[in-house]
Amino acid sequence: MRFLPLITAYLGRHKRRTLLTMASVALALFLFASLRTVVTTLRAAADFGSARRLVSTNASGLIFPLPVAYAQRLATVPGVEKVTWANWFGGQYGDGKRFFANFAIDAKSYLDLYPEMSVPADQRAAFLQDRSGALIGSRLVDLFGWHVGQNVTLRGTIFPGEWTFTVRGVYTPTDPVINDDAMMFHWAYLDERSGRNGMAGWYILQIDHPQNGPRVGKAIDDMFRNSSAPTKTGTEQAFNASFATMWGNVSLLMNTIGMAVVFAILLVAANAMMMSARERTRELAVLKTIGFSDRRLFGLVMLEAGIITVTGAVVGLGAAKVLYRATNFNAAGFLPGFDVNGTTLAVGAVIALVLMLASGIVPAVRAARLPVVAALRNVE
Amino acid sequence: MKIPLTYNLRSVRQRPVSTALTALGIGLVVAVFIGMLALANGFAAALTRTGSERNVLVLRKGADSEMSSGLDREAISILTGSPHVARGPDGRALASAESYVVIPLGRMGDTTKLANVVVRGVSGQAWQVRNNVALLAGTRPATGKNEVCVGKRLVGRFPNTGLGETMHFAGRPWTVTCHFAAAGSAFESEIWGENEQIMPAMRRDAFQSLAFRLADPASFDEAKRVLEGDKRVTVDVYRESAFYAKQSELLGRILRILAIMITGIMAVGAVFGAVNTMYAAVASRAPEIAVLLTLGFRPRSILASFLVESAVIAGVGGVVGCLLALPMNGIVTSTTNWANFSEIAFGFRITPGLLLAGLIFAVVMGVLGGFFPARRASKVPVVQAIR
Amino acid sequence: MALVEIRNVHKTFHRDAERIDVFTGLSMDIEAGTFTALMGPSGSGKSTLLNLIAGLDKPTGGTVRVGGAEVSAMTAAQLAEWRSRNVGFVFQSFNLLPVLTAFQNVELPLLLTRLSKKEREERVRIALGVVGLDDRLHHYPRQLSGGQEQRVAIARAVVADPTLILLDEPTGQLDARSSQEVLALLGRLNEEFGKTVIVVTHDPHAAARAKRQLHLEKGTFVEQGQAAAAAEVAS
Repeated sequence: MRFLPLITAYLGRHKRRTLLTMASVALALFLFASLRTVVTTLRAAADFGSARRLVSTNASGLIFPLPVAYAQRLATVPGVEKVTWANWFGGQYGDGKRFFANFAIDAKSYLDLYPEMSVPADQRAAFLQDRSGALIGSRLVDLFGWHVGQNVTLRGTIFPGEWTFTVRGVYTPTDPVINDDAMMFHWAYLDERSGRNGMAGWYILQIDHPQNGPRVGKAIDDMFRNSSAPTKTGTEQAFNASFATMWGNVSLLMNTIGMAVVFAILLVAANAMMMSARERTRELAVLKTIGFSDRRLFGLVMLEAGIITVTGAVVGLGAAKVLYRATNFNAAGFLPGFDVNGTTLAVGAVIALVLMLASGIVPAVRAARLPVVAALRNVE
Repeated sequence: MKIPLTYNLRSVRQRPVSTALTALGIGLVVAVFIGMLALANGFAAALTRTGSERNVLVLRKGADSEMSSGLDREAISILTGSPHVARGPDGRALASAESYVVIPLGRMGDTTKLANVVVRGVSGQAWQVRNNVALLAGTRPATGKNEVCVGKRLVGRFPNTGLGETMHFAGRPWTVTCHFAAAGSAFESEIWGENEQIMPAMRRDAFQSLAFRLADPASFDEAKRVLEGDKRVTVDVYRESAFYAKQSELLGRILRILAIMITGIMAVGAVFGAVNTMYAAVASRAPEIAVLLTLGFRPRSILASFLVESAVIAGVGGVVGCLLALPMNGIVTSTTNWANFSEIAFGFRITPGLLLAGLIFAVVMGVLGGFFPARRASKVPVVQAIR
Repeated sequence: MALVEIRNVHKTFHRDAERIDVFTGLSMDIEAGTFTALMGPSGSGKSTLLNLIAGLDKPTGGTVRVGGAEVSAMTAAQLAEWRSRNVGFVFQSFNLLPVLTAFQNVELPLLLTRLSKKEREERVRIALGVVGLDDRLHHYPRQLSGGQEQRVAIARAVVADPTLILLDEPTGQLDARSSQEVLALLGRLNEEFGKTVIVVTHDPHAAARAKRQLHLEKGTFVEQGQAAAAAEVAS
């Protein structure tokens, strides 16, 4: 592009203005990418779930338990390959300020059902052997400085008292959407210490074929419909999705703020462009005298706007992508797998394009329509 | 000698578009600032109004929310007998033992979108003891019947919550006999029913909490000491207001941090915009400034003058921002309070203090943005500018 | 056929409510290869005529032909293209782009052609050589004297090898010596390179350089030397 030196010369005339405008665009797109990634991360978490896993909860609500005796009966349902269960513990560590999920599991069957939780073989064996052992997520090692072999005490909320466990293993999720900061221990231990009530929180089942899901689910719910603890069974994905909806109008909020941000920065960029254009009236007239056509000047002004917005966009979007990855950000566990995805980057690019058009259109049209003679006369 | 403000105001009018865009940019930042803090405010307000200073809430020791607590009948009986519990005019203890569960309810419009709604089993005393609760329509659930009273904020947002309609949960039908209000507090997002009906339906034989009115409002500390020390029960005693305020901490903190981060980044962008505008203004007015200097105005006055101009432009932006934000006031939204895993509806709450904060924020942005340009203006060398 | 043919041109300006008729039925020819000076009192329309010839302005009536092309009937886009190839314009206040070096300023008209970078560079050097500034290629306008700036402007006007060079008070902001240099340059461009030069000027030195002097008064031109005779005829 042989006109590039001309445009860069103009951008360089007011370096500070150019840089500030680029920085504003970069900030806006950084913010936009961050906000949209909140939405996409929640959606990814909601979409996650194996098609071959079903979750069975008490039909009255998640906080009501199911008898552990159900496990045997569930295993007999045609289509069910594996059965495991877990119980929410909700214990607090230290001052309780950093929340992390902790629950009791039927260890062997649970680990079998979740190959996504990768545990070194020796640690797995050690955990299975120690009744008061615990399995912790890799992030907890960084967060609290825990290591294998040490004791960790949780303060029970639902199950009162101080509960001490020995860390026997560290799991690493193979999918970033899975929380890497959870803690699990033996259900048998929980049951024993809380009075042998034999209650499980929820069941997770592996079925033979994804398409059997609805049939198996119905069969299970029918089986327990008239008992004291009726079940509601659905896919794991549906289960995860229901958690995401609990956030309420978060997407709406993020999107609205995102729009406000983009609009505010549009004003900044447009303002800067117009200021530059206004100062150049005479020079644009001279270019027309030389023979630069209206259309060409329109294009040059647009291109200048484009350089500012595109550079800002690259910096802003790039920073978002790199920063969150580099810091392994997950919003204190609430947004696992927080990562700016390709669609967000694409939408960001489109926004940059719109910014370019919107901020450049007025000065570009003015430049094209500039009446040469009048503009020159003003000056001389 | 101070430069008359009219000079600045007239000069601003000469660049109407530029000024307007800058002011609008600042206005948007202020609007987002006010909006997000109004959200955090509304949430905090809903929870702080939930509890009364004069009431005490007793939970099992170690429980971090009503949901994880459990108090059996014996414990309730012992606690209710305490002298610290106020007595009503009929001599009965102003104490309410309650059960608390959370059930999944599909929202109106899209029943796959679930919310965890609180169902509270209450005693007759709850209506007097609990803060600010008042019947809005209908009659209280009759004894022995599967009837419930629905909090105002649930009505219309969940199906079958109208008077006379029948809700289904815990495997049973429940007729809605009344709606109640509670001064915008968390109770308005709850379903209340009689303990004797709720507890068996939920297969619970223990209560979750006991709320009572202090006989002597000033004696909370003593009541706490005595009851927590009582060997017959293992409990934690809270001032009701303090307890619910604490429940808002987590989410409140998240909302506030978000507000500061988002508006902080936006503000930097807006300030950059103000800087650009002011530098351009200074550059184009260099000859005028030189004239002012030759007339005898001090550089310091020039600096102050431009700073004031920048602040005023930003101030106007702040007003615009406040006006943009105001319509949000009172809009109701809801989310799950992860502290107790329950749905809570609350409204955006804009206070005069918040509006003032927004205006101040705007002026600060204006001053920050205008500082270096104003300094440049004050340093205009007389000779060069006139040439 | 003359290079520039002006036939029955009317030009009217409207300033507020006032109507100013600059030309009413002006006709004249300018032959190719000539050096013409347009002179006259302020406001007599000299610059306007220059703008009409360059296609920067349109007559209210009549036609302007340059090199056979009817400039007065072209669209803005056509004019832009035509100008880039056929006209070099020099202003009183130089009007160099301050953000570009002398080299880049002179290169501007060539950016509108299909020449390669190397070809452009060659022509710029030649043009700057002709005006005697090949040692100042990469200076910015603010680093040049008035006379040097104007010579760069002339180089810019000739670099695309146009047939017509139009100058509006080229020595208006120059001192005596720089004026001399610029005028000598114009003479060279006309005699050595055969360019048609039309200068609007107050400067008698500039007028002296020209082979033909046209005096504009009351909307018509009179040849120098015939001014007195015309005045006598009119009275």
